[in-house]
Amino acid sequence: MTVALDPPKASFRLGMLLYDTRYRSITIQVIFMILIVVFFFWLYENVVTNLRAAGKDFSFGFLWTRAGYDINQMLVEYSSDSTHARALLVGLLNTLFLAFITCILATVIGVIAGVLRLSKNVLVARLMEVYIETFRNVPVVLWIVLVNAIMAVSMPEPKDYRGENPTAEMLFFDSVAITNRGVYVPEPLFSRSLGNTDIGIFLISNDLLAIMAVVLASIWGYRRLQANATRVQNDTGVRPVTWWKGLAIIVLPLAALLAATGFHLGYPELKGFNFVGGVQARNSLVAMWLALSIYSATYIAESVRAGILAISRGQTEAALALGLQPGLATRLVILPQAMRVVVPPLISQYLSITKNTSLALAVGYMDLRSTLGGITMNQTGRELECMLLLMGTYLTISLVISSLMNIYNSSIKLKER
Amino acid sequence: MEDASYVRSEMLPAQSPPASETGIVHWVRANLLSSVGNIVLTLAAIYVIYLIAATIGPWLYRSVWNAGSLQECRAIIEANFGPGKSGACFAVIAQRWEQIVFGFYPRELYWRPTLTLVLMLVALGPILFAWVPRQVLWFSITFPAVAFWLLWGGTVWLPVMIVAGFVLGYVAFRVVSELNGLAGVVAAAVVPVLWWLFLCGPASDVLQSILPIALRELGSDQFGGFLLSTVIGISGIVFSLPIGILLALGRQSDLLIVKTFCVCFIEGFRGVPLITLLFVASLLLNYFLPPGTTFDVILRVIIMVTIFAAAYIAEVVRGGLAALPRGQYEAADSLGLDYWKAQRLIIMPQALKISIPGIVGTFIGLFKDTTLVSFISLSDPMQIVSSIRANTEWNGIYWELFMFVGLLFFIFCFSMSRYSMYLERKLKTDHR
Repeated sequence: MTVALDPPKASFRLGMLLYDTRYRSITIQVIFMILIVVFFFWLYENVVTNLRAAGKDFSFGFLWTRAGYDINQMLVEYSSDSTHARALLVGLLNTLFLAFITCILATVIGVIAGVLRLSKNVLVARLMEVYIETFRNVPVVLWIVLVNAIMAVSMPEPKDYRGENPTAEMLFFDSVAITNRGVYVPEPLFSRSLGNTDIGIFLISNDLLAIMAVVLASIWGYRRLQANATRVQNDTGVRPVTWWKGLAIIVLPLAALLAATGFHLGYPELKGFNFVGGVQARNSLVAMWLALSIYSATYIAESVRAGILAISRGQTEAALALGLQPGLATRLVILPQAMRVVVPPLISQYLSITKNTSLALAVGYMDLRSTLGGITMNQTGRELECMLLLMGTYLTISLVISSLMNIYNSSIKLKER
Repeated sequence: MEDASYVRSEMLPAQSPPASETGIVHWVRANLLSSVGNIVLTLAAIYVIYLIAATIGPWLYRSVWNAGSLQECRAIIEANFGPGKSGACFAVIAQRWEQIVFGFYPRELYWRPTLTLVLMLVALGPILFAWVPRQVLWFSITFPAVAFWLLWGGTVWLPVMIVAGFVLGYVAFRVVSELNGLAGVVAAAVVPVLWWLFLCGPASDVLQSILPIALRELGSDQFGGFLLSTVIGISGIVFSLPIGILLALGRQSDLLIVKTFCVCFIEGFRGVPLITLLFVASLLLNYFLPPGTTFDVILRVIIMVTIFAAAYIAEVVRGGLAALPRGQYEAADSLGLDYWKAQRLIIMPQALKISIPGIVGTFIGLFKDTTLVSFISLSDPMQIVSSIRANTEWNGIYWELFMFVGLLFFIFCFSMSRYSMYLERKLKTDHR
């Protein structure tokens, strides 16, 4: 008979910290922690010593002093008498605005290029391949500077639009003028404007708010209409005709609002040596927008292509075998699966577009880096504070976008076992 | 009785298919003209190709390779092809290509970067292709020291002594690990560091005084152009891969503190634009170092670029690690392999294979991002191009210069992406 004896209680010995896997991980982590703390303390000590040696303190008080410089492109009110914090806000909004319009254009170009690259038409597919490979393999800075140079050197001057026989013509029924000083586009004007609301930081146009409210309400109404139609269809088997009601719900309220506020477009006009009226998009903005969009679109095209290729042919066949019409098969079976592959790289591309807007430095667009990390930093001499603030802001934007991506990813994740 | 029926006793020879189903006619009909939409696409594509060819063709045909300024170029074109015609003025490339490629490197020393490039190709051979003899790998390992000496110059003994540090570490490891395994690892880390900190400099000075072998020493301000991009790019690529792999392993590990640190490191560096890191390198690093410490600006940039790329590589490798089936980890455990052996023999080879496209994509991005150093006033190709454009002789020229710089980058990046596709095909083991 064998008797299981209790194994002898091993008393704790110092060597077990290294050789016993139960304790080794703790040892490693403690040593690692100590090293990190020592390193950061060393950095902190150096910063304190260096700041004292330079006779500087560490404070963000400079943000509330007068900035004293002009910004040539802004979305909210700003003058050289505003504070540095205000300049920061203007730069941040410029960065976000540029990122936003770039994401839209890049997505449009990218989806088209990605689909066309898979076209059975060899000529078109080859052309798209050449476009994608050319733009992907050359630094984006080069494209930005090149587009800026084209805009500045090769575009007509405002005076070319003048006279009996102008050498340049405005586009789209005299509404858009492309010049070497920038692109002039019509601006929306309201002759019976609802005024502005001051929300403390900046003014928001009531007209814009009203339009957004009406559009949202219309969309909600349209959804209700469709849901109602589906219910009737489920009950009776006949789907009521809704297209004209839907059209009315979408169009009429908006048209009424625009008529009530006296909406019209203010066209740019040539007066003196330059265009007056309309909105001027400076060369720097246009160059950044076009170059960044065309460059980033190649990456989006590749992920769209990968998404389409990832759906196996069997899925399409299965959907058709179930009796779905091709349109419905695409909408209900193919797209949801393709989106799962396409959207994550798409969002990380949006993230890198946002970070790449900092290259605006190359053409002098007044983004966050040029205001806070440029003129403000040079004027106040507070490199440490400005750089920390700058990196913190970019980091916050990135983390917000990537946490949105994580939420989306987990919501569409394949639920397996 | 005569049989009226006809029985064929031998097969007819096979007929060739109808002309519309073979050859170029069929191909054109199937690929380009199969439907109305397809015809429209074809016509549009032909029109676009025509536009491009009609713009670039004559422009290239009328190119001028020998002139002193843009005005002279235009005069030559007008004289040859009539007034109002425009053409490429490649004379600027002919005159300035050395500056774009080598920066301000002294002309009589151009052989040094050129030789380094040739040696780099030799060193890359065994890493990139399996058919190159394995013995060449020994040269690949010492290549960084050789390249450093050739490019920056100075005494030969300094890089030799730095390499000696690694040798010393290996010797220390072999000797001490005979006594105690753990002490061997510690000795392998401590001995070289002590050597580099205290003995490396004096030893190379002594050897230099005994046996002086030296090249003319060059400062980092003489580096520029494509040479600078390549130095930063290649160093970043070489250093960021191991750091990135370690970060990915840290992020996947069970050790909470290590994991938290790696997550913060990766997300922190991925979340900011590279250009802000470069500004930190050029403006802020003095705040974080002990007073009076300065070190080379190119080295600072390489460190920042490496850290930035390492964070991206970590995420790519983590994707590869996550894509491995759980069974591979369990198989390694059940074989009784310890952590590092399991990683080295089972996990990493498979994870890295999956991550090849992502890793090479990151390398390409890193190489393209070296152009950002122009913003902290290092003279990379873009900076040199703008200084040429600011010159009175070449004021107003841009296509030709950007084409040249773009072509150099394109050759580099495109061959990297093609190589990654080749590698993927070669390492593909599943039969699908």
